[in-house]
Amino acid sequence: MSAPTFDLGYLHGGLRMPRRKDKSNKLPIQHVPVPQQLIIPITQHVGDAAHPVVGIGERVLKGQLIAESDGAISAPIHAASSGKVIAIEPWPVSRRLGGNAPCIVIECDGADRAIELSEPITPYESLSQDILFQKILQGGIVGLGGAVFPTAQKLMHASITPLEHLVLNGIECEPYITCDDMLMREQANEVLGGAQILMYALGVEHCFVAVESDKPEAIQALADAMTELQDHRIAIKQIPSIYPSGAEDQTVQLVTNKEVPSGGLPTDVGCVVQNVGTAAAVYRWICKGEPLISRVTTVTGDGIATPMNVFARIGTTVADIVNFVGGYTEKVHHLVIGGPMMGRSVTTDKVPLVKATNCILVLSDEEQFGNEQPCIRCGDCASACPVQLQPQQLFWYACADNEEKLRSYGLMDCIECGCCDLVCPSHIPLTADFRMAKARMRELADEVARAERARLRYEFHTQRLDREQLLRAQQLEAQKQAASEGGSKAIRDILERTSKKHDQDPGEE
Amino acid sequence: MWTTVLTAVITITVIALVAGLLLSYASSRLPADRDSLVEKVNKLLPQTQCAQCGYPGCRPYALAIVEDDAAINLCPPGGDETMRRLADLLAREPVALAAGAKQSDALAFVDEALCIGCTYCREVCPVDAIVGAHQFMHTVIASECTGCELCVPRCPVDCISMESAA
Repeated sequence: MSAPTFDLGYLHGGLRMPRRKDKSNKLPIQHVPVPQQLIIPITQHVGDAAHPVVGIGERVLKGQLIAESDGAISAPIHAASSGKVIAIEPWPVSRRLGGNAPCIVIECDGADRAIELSEPITPYESLSQDILFQKILQGGIVGLGGAVFPTAQKLMHASITPLEHLVLNGIECEPYITCDDMLMREQANEVLGGAQILMYALGVEHCFVAVESDKPEAIQALADAMTELQDHRIAIKQIPSIYPSGAEDQTVQLVTNKEVPSGGLPTDVGCVVQNVGTAAAVYRWICKGEPLISRVTTVTGDGIATPMNVFARIGTTVADIVNFVGGYTEKVHHLVIGGPMMGRSVTTDKVPLVKATNCILVLSDEEQFGNEQPCIRCGDCASACPVQLQPQQLFWYACADNEEKLRSYGLMDCIECGCCDLVCPSHIPLTADFRMAKARMRELADEVARAERARLRYEFHTQRLDREQLLRAQQLEAQKQAASEGGSKAIRDILERTSKKHDQDPGEE
Repeated sequence: MWTTVLTAVITITVIALVAGLLLSYASSRLPADRDSLVEKVNKLLPQTQCAQCGYPGCRPYALAIVEDDAAINLCPPGGDETMRRLADLLAREPVALAAGAKQSDALAFVDEALCIGCTYCREVCPVDAIVGAHQFMHTVIASECTGCELCVPRCPVDCISMESAA
């Protein structure tokens, strides 16, 4: 059976951006050697933090579990090399809120000895779906496209809905980033092997690999690997390179021409989207027994001497990676983890590489935004918005803190892609404002939910008190009743008994 | 000509009279939907159940506002915001908040080493967020605690403190 074909869907808005990808995709992927120290955060995924299972001073081996999954949505974390745990302490990391997060610090011994697998590798076709999900969970696999949602939980959730397609996302719509491109060029067989495992786990019969049409080398590599594999369920979809076509919902829309409903998930239209890197990670874990302890990341920007893609261990600091690629240039100005559109600026290169890090971008000071000016309501942002929101209205209501309007204008559907920021002639940081407004709304919703729970509990409490009071009144009533009915006879009995007692042994007291 | 004017005046007067009578009859026989108004007021209150307003909980206060014209500025945890919303809903004049500081986000915390298991705190908790059997250690379910502080003065060994939720 061969995969069906569709016309490409239409994406509203979006931007054609300078690609700036040829800086970093000239060299093959290089392997970063084992650093002196690995700094491994225990929160590298969406959901609950992993729970450390090693102590300070303990020796660990490469691939050993050092923090276990703890919670409904969570993922375990493994040591990326052998060495000794020297600290579990807060360390600067790159994440949404910035600041420090608890990390397990391993001093590497350089031997890079791997732990023996607890169970031999079995062909995935012999495992049941549930066991395969559990196995994927144990590998610490999370979505490597940037959202870092634990893959096993995503698959489990998806497997209970009717599915048609698996979509492997090989679209890197942000400028500069080429890590998925290079991965597909060099390890296309692993990507497709991962696709087969995912298809088996989900029980779907079609898989699309979505790739931008301006990546001919990657497409050729995939096509070659496909001829070798002879799996006709998998097809390549070429996507025009428009930002943000790589966002999950937008990819689904482009590939299948179905729109993911507001507040919904791709599973609502029968699709599961996985990053190509995630697929390769699944393959390496299931077929080679290597958990997610390293990833490909792009090191690029005007501030980098030789931009390239590297294969580095999770926990290697950005400073170590930059040193490996030849250090900074004179133009270095600031450091961004992630792409230029959705990445986060960090103030130190001591931050470690985490599962989410797809790009280390060192920018020069040429790329600066202008000063913010008042909104002139030109509407450019609305025509650029890929989710068809009206950023100018949202901005208005975000300033006024009008929660009701923000909700009705669909703020929660904003994917924070940053298109509106870029087209705004007044240089208003719209996305940042929306991010804040979203956080405020989530806080408010939490408070409302809490109040509602307290109200219900208070009502139960008063009901319980009323019921207890009623019961006590009924008991009292019953006792009174019993006394008044059998009363006189009972009293007579008691009097008789006492008088008898007195008659039998008088004068004892 | 005078008859035309007179007819008009009489007609209008009669219509007004009939409408007035109907309205007064309706208002006496069909009382306003007080229950739903109480629910609306209750919804605006923060549900801390702290009784700082002088009523035993948020719903009793809501009932008092609707039935007995209780003041709308008695809720310190709700603060100015809640007072304003109540004023909007009930078409009353906004008034300055009565004495009482706005509560922080602190929650009750039982020092389990000191707890003697008297159950006093469990009994006063308006949302049943304290668990523990007689003569056994008690503890607060942090996710359900509203921070009303009612349990603090009841503890005979002062082992309950308010701690900021972090």
